Amino acid sequence: MFAYYLRLGWSSLKRNPILTTLMVLGIALGVGTSMTTLTVMYLMGSDPIPWKSDKLHIVQVDNWDPAQPYNSDGTPPDQLTYRDAMAFMQAHKADRQTVMYKIQMPVQPENDSIKPFNSLGRATYADFFAMFDPPFKYGGAWDRGQDDQHARVVVLSDKTNEKLFGGADSVGKRVRLNDLDYTVVGVLNTWQPRIKYYDLTNGSLNSPEGFYLPFTTAIELKAGSAGNNSCWNNVTSGWDAYLESECVWLQMWVQTDSAATFADYRAYLDSYVAEQKKLGRFARPLNNRLLNVREWMADQKVVSSDVEVQSGLSLAFLVVCLLNTIGLLLSKFMRKSGEIGLRRALGASRRQIFAQHLVEAGVIGVSGGLIGLLLTFAGLAIVRLLYSDFARVATLDWVMVLMTVALAIVASLLAGLYPTWRACRIVPALQLKTQ
Amino acid sequence: MEIRPIISALLRRKVSLVLIGLQIALTLAIVCNALFIINQRFATMGRPSGMNEADTFVVSSYGFGAHFDTKSSTLADLSMLRGLPGVEAVTSEVSVPLGGSGWSEGLSLTPDQKTPTAGTAIYFVDEHGIDSFGLTLVAGRNFKAEEITVREPRSTQWPSGVIITRALAKKMFGDDNAVGRQFYLDVKAAPITVLGVVDRLQTPWPHNISRSGDQDIVEYSMLVPQYVSFGNQVGYLVRTEPGRRDEVMKLVEAKLVESNRGRIIEDMRSLAEIRQSAYAEDRAMTLILGGVIVALLSITALGIVGMASFWVGQRTKQIGTRRALGATKFDILRYFLTENFLMTTIGLALGVVLTYALNLWLMSHYHSPLLPWFYVPTGVICLWLLGQLAVLGPAKRASRVPPAIATRSV
Repeated sequence: MFAYYLRLGWSSLKRNPILTTLMVLGIALGVGTSMTTLTVMYLMGSDPIPWKSDKLHIVQVDNWDPAQPYNSDGTPPDQLTYRDAMAFMQAHKADRQTVMYKIQMPVQPENDSIKPFNSLGRATYADFFAMFDPPFKYGGAWDRGQDDQHARVVVLSDKTNEKLFGGADSVGKRVRLNDLDYTVVGVLNTWQPRIKYYDLTNGSLNSPEGFYLPFTTAIELKAGSAGNNSCWNNVTSGWDAYLESECVWLQMWVQTDSAATFADYRAYLDSYVAEQKKLGRFARPLNNRLLNVREWMADQKVVSSDVEVQSGLSLAFLVVCLLNTIGLLLSKFMRKSGEIGLRRALGASRRQIFAQHLVEAGVIGVSGGLIGLLLTFAGLAIVRLLYSDFARVATLDWVMVLMTVALAIVASLLAGLYPTWRACRIVPALQLKTQ
Repeated sequence: MEIRPIISALLRRKVSLVLIGLQIALTLAIVCNALFIINQRFATMGRPSGMNEADTFVVSSYGFGAHFDTKSSTLADLSMLRGLPGVEAVTSEVSVPLGGSGWSEGLSLTPDQKTPTAGTAIYFVDEHGIDSFGLTLVAGRNFKAEEITVREPRSTQWPSGVIITRALAKKMFGDDNAVGRQFYLDVKAAPITVLGVVDRLQTPWPHNISRSGDQDIVEYSMLVPQYVSFGNQVGYLVRTEPGRRDEVMKLVEAKLVESNRGRIIEDMRSLAEIRQSAYAEDRAMTLILGGVIVALLSITALGIVGMASFWVGQRTKQIGTRRALGATKFDILRYFLTENFLMTTIGLALGVVLTYALNLWLMSHYHSPLLPWFYVPTGVICLWLLGQLAVLGPAKRASRVPPAIATRSV
């Protein structure tokens, strides 16, 4: 029966090729546009580390200017001062913890045929690797002992390793960074978190680092931050004064494996700030935060308002396309009143008429969905072209492919429901009379 | 012409009326708001930076090691670059307008005030700064060569005189007449004197919005006569003879590499490229929303064509009867045009409400301003015209229905 309805639907659609094209195209355009924008929004907002995003927390305390808040909405700075970060590291109250910042260093290959190049890196603690789970290709992270010793060790990204060592196992080899030698302890595999959630200060879609150094080593070498630095009061000259200052330039993350540890950590931060208040610092009201990865991404508006507005407007566009298809289907089914009356008179039940026309609507939906899928691919290609850094968030994964087709079918069935209901309520006698 | 029969005919097809009405209402709401967003973006992108953007580019030098002598390398590079053919002016720089990264400070009028009077972007330049950026000095004087000092790493020393933009002068002192006036960059140190005022110079952050809604914040900039390096990084801004930028860029890179092998020459970008990437998101937004508008108008127009064609087909016999009873071709044409006008008008009435509802949502969630009044009337007229154009074809077909059709039975 289904095959027969399919044939009926097909011949009915063929009878009005222009109208059919219009309906299919309407669904396809609506689905293509909304899936393009929804895919970007979904991928930007999706959890980059779902297996532990609720255990990783960014530490925020409010050491800012008593006269005005850091952010106009009153939220505390997104980064920490060196002195607070060091106090938190030494207290060692979480299951894992790391302080870090962005650095830039020239990489000087031993091989003269490779030109020296600048690379963005990260100065961090050994726990970074256990916390954010970058996959290792060779070797592994340095250990906490090497953190304490300011060891001259380095973990390379696969790209840097490819450039310097042609992708070979380079563990134990030397790498020259800014005129100093470091020993390679590990090489990462391709690591491309969609969102650079662990450091959002310079944009959420940046590529991960080319290399990783112990934080303590970078501080010993007085390597300044290549990321953001904000100060609210005047600092005296020199590196040591900078480390003692109220300038914020470090990100700190802690991992708490249980609710109890998390609660303890909160209490620890509160008592720390209370202690500092006695020393005359932290003049602002208590404003500590320990947001987890998802909360942090929402707080930092990783999904840009442009992307949200685009999604909203294209969903409204899809609604217009649906209204359009409903209207056209309705007119079409009403014009077939005579035929429907005849079929009813010859013994077709309402159910059968209903099924027949729903199949016809479904055919439009499936074709619209398939073309919509192609349009989504094209749309995402355009988005990647327009936003050079959207490469990782403007791609279709299988979830979104299924979603696209499902959306098209559901949309067309919804669009077909009312016209179909009207079609099967046609009274046979009335239609036959006019003939 | 009687409107009542048209209305009663329309009311017999309430569902179709509602469908077309909603479609037109949503179309008006989306088109007005999307166009408003597009126009805001064009306004943002159209603001001048105050610089000569056509003939300028930047390039950075990164030396190696803790003992790299940035000061002598900077001075050597500057004198070498100034001697190159096609180069009009060169200054050392740390940041440029629209570049996205830079240095900012708060300015106070008195040493004991709690919050700064204004925030400003800082551009570290030498005595060729104004000439290299291509700025217009409107009051006071440029820096002298002997006023340029070296800012040591992690130093917090400021020079005694600076040059500010007209917008910053107005914000700080209430008028353009700022030359000789003083303010504090460091409230614990000596005040700083304004030596000169330039007409216009945007900050590196064209998208920053001030807490108080001050539109001029994007032009709060200051030129500071210091050589600054970050680690071993030093930047240069070069202005070339008109039209020779690309050729000079190649030459400059080659000469910098050649002059000292113990460093990296990177990040060479023309100001045109910097502008391009600063506004990439705005441009993308205008193109995407523009695409949505075109698709939306096409779908709506085609929908009206399709619907009207069906109605004409459905009513062939009635049309024939009317023609047989004496209606002219023009009467029939007018009937369908009027019908469409009525339907569109009902949709547009709802559309006006939806447009402002959408605008309100954008205002509360995305800090959008209020939609200016003229968008809605313009949109309404355009959609009326679109509806009439869309229905014209089917209506013409209807007017050609021969009266004789009334006498045929099928």
